[in-house]
Amino acid sequence: MSDCVIQTLDLTREYVLGSERIHALRDVTLAIRRNEYVAIMGPSGSGKSTLLNVIGCLDSPTAGEYWLNGQEVSRMGDLALARVRNREIGFVFQTFNLLPRATALHNVELPLVYGGNTSRERRHRAGEALERVGLADRMDHRPNELSGGQRQRVAIARALVTQPSILLADEPTGNLDSGTSHEIMQVFHRLHADGQTIVLVTHELDIAAHAERVVTLRDGRVATDERTRSAA
Amino acid sequence: MRLIEAIRMAFQMIRAQKLKSFFSLIGVLIGVMFLIAVWSIVSGMNDYVEDRIANRLIGANSFQLRQRPSITTGNITREEWLSWRRRPRVTVADAEYVAARIQTPVRTAKFCQDRVSISYGGKTAKDIDLIGTEPEYFNIRDYAITSGRAFTVQEMRAARPVLVIGDLLAERLFEGVDPIGKAVNVGGIHYRVIGVVEKQGTAFGISMDKFAIMPYTSQGRRLICPINVLDELLVKADNPTSMVVAMNEVEALMRGRRRLKPDQENNFFLQTAEGALEGWNKVSQYLSIGLPLLVGISLVVGGIVIMNIMLMSVTERTREIGIRKALGAKRSDILSQFLVEAATVSTIGAAFGIVLGITLAMVVRALSPLPAVVVPMSIALGVSLGMLVGIVAGVYPAYRAAKLDPIVALRAE
Repeated sequence: MSDCVIQTLDLTREYVLGSERIHALRDVTLAIRRNEYVAIMGPSGSGKSTLLNVIGCLDSPTAGEYWLNGQEVSRMGDLALARVRNREIGFVFQTFNLLPRATALHNVELPLVYGGNTSRERRHRAGEALERVGLADRMDHRPNELSGGQRQRVAIARALVTQPSILLADEPTGNLDSGTSHEIMQVFHRLHADGQTIVLVTHELDIAAHAERVVTLRDGRVATDERTRSAA
Repeated sequence: MRLIEAIRMAFQMIRAQKLKSFFSLIGVLIGVMFLIAVWSIVSGMNDYVEDRIANRLIGANSFQLRQRPSITTGNITREEWLSWRRRPRVTVADAEYVAARIQTPVRTAKFCQDRVSISYGGKTAKDIDLIGTEPEYFNIRDYAITSGRAFTVQEMRAARPVLVIGDLLAERLFEGVDPIGKAVNVGGIHYRVIGVVEKQGTAFGISMDKFAIMPYTSQGRRLICPINVLDELLVKADNPTSMVVAMNEVEALMRGRRRLKPDQENNFFLQTAEGALEGWNKVSQYLSIGLPLLVGISLVVGGIVIMNIMLMSVTERTREIGIRKALGAKRSDILSQFLVEAATVSTIGAAFGIVLGITLAMVVRALSPLPAVVVPMSIALGVSLGMLVGIVAGVYPAYRAAKLDPIVALRAE
């Protein structure tokens, strides 16, 4: 248990939509160890994105416990959650979510701005992160001057720049063609090889195949939890 | 997140949305512009009026013993005015009685004045203030003699026909000629010019150099005053305190001399610069109520504009707020980002307002005789008001932005 980065216990998330009560997550108990590469799969509406959002502290569970690095996140207040999002979590979105007016470098610097780093340190670390994703020569470009794959790599650099405990990716290749998707998966593969813990949500089997463990959700419950190959 | 970071972000946003930012700062701009301009103009007018009325027309620490006020403000009823006219006039004997008995060290000068024409060598100057007075008058008015000299007590006692003239009169009658020693015709009486007074400038666009001063005893007095009667006795003390003491003394002396009973009102008037300034002070008071009102309204409107544009901005940038929160921005980070943005916009507005306000004041100064002076306090107030308006107007939009749920904000289109 001690090498568990993520531990959830009967995690439940309900929404009230009008008069209807929607159970997005029902009693999800899941443990993810350090340096695991986990793909969460499932049909749309199965709760896989909700699970990722809860793990990423963007959403809070209505019941159950969520422990991240030995801290009970499910009991945290707003301020502490912001700190966890900043330091422990790197989030990569399907739609990239870059600030359109800011350069690649500035986008990558952003988490460090909220981390309180000096501008010199920010520049240095953001530059390094962009180098890691192979965009050292695109630092001063704005998102609209970059291709989809490049944008997603900027987003990955931004997620990595704080050296988070986990890298979360929600359909990271959903908006990319298959060639570019492959490129992005190579980036994830390399990061995992360097020791990064990764959780990604996808509904594409060939993307999930890159992971070493596949968790399938159905109707908000864990349906299957399989290891595709031995842990690295 | 540090303040400097928030300010940098605010400037990026303002640069990216120039037109929107311009519209949001225009209200504050106008408010602060009014503040600076009107304040400088009023303060210039204050200086001007005080200098011209208090120090030139009447003189500092001075008052005049008169039959009735020379400068009146507000509404005077017909009865009041008629009762003033029925009062006895101030006589030479009154003036001498007071001047001989007053204990406070003061300078006094009997004074009479009316408009006459003065001619020399075929040229005539009309509407010249002919003043009959004593040599002390030059000290009381602080007149410097640029050429020639003032007349003496001996000349006054001997009722000599000598004349000390104002700068404008010298210019009109003696263009390119030295006026000293020249004989001029004052309403049919010959006078010899013995001195010229230094140029006094203008008050309210009227030249203060159109005068000629003669001994009150000399022949020309019949042009300006009935015999043995004066317009006023000028009294000048050394300082404001002794002026008050002297006024009380003069009042007591005159009441005694005219045998007024305790329940009777004064049948004479003591005119002070302060009294003359009363009218201006009233105008000044209205302005000092009106100005904050005007500035206040502009700033409130400016604040409402900023608030609306910020609210719009928060809606437009919901996704950006979501992204920032996902990356670890605290509520306070988002709050301060929007607050600083609003404050920056309005402070820039205030800065432009200050520049335009100063420009306006300078234009007024250049085109009118008002010495419009920019008051440093008004600049400080302008900047702080601008900032304050921004912060107040930014609070609600910033609060809305800060309390957005990250996942909801991220889903926004």
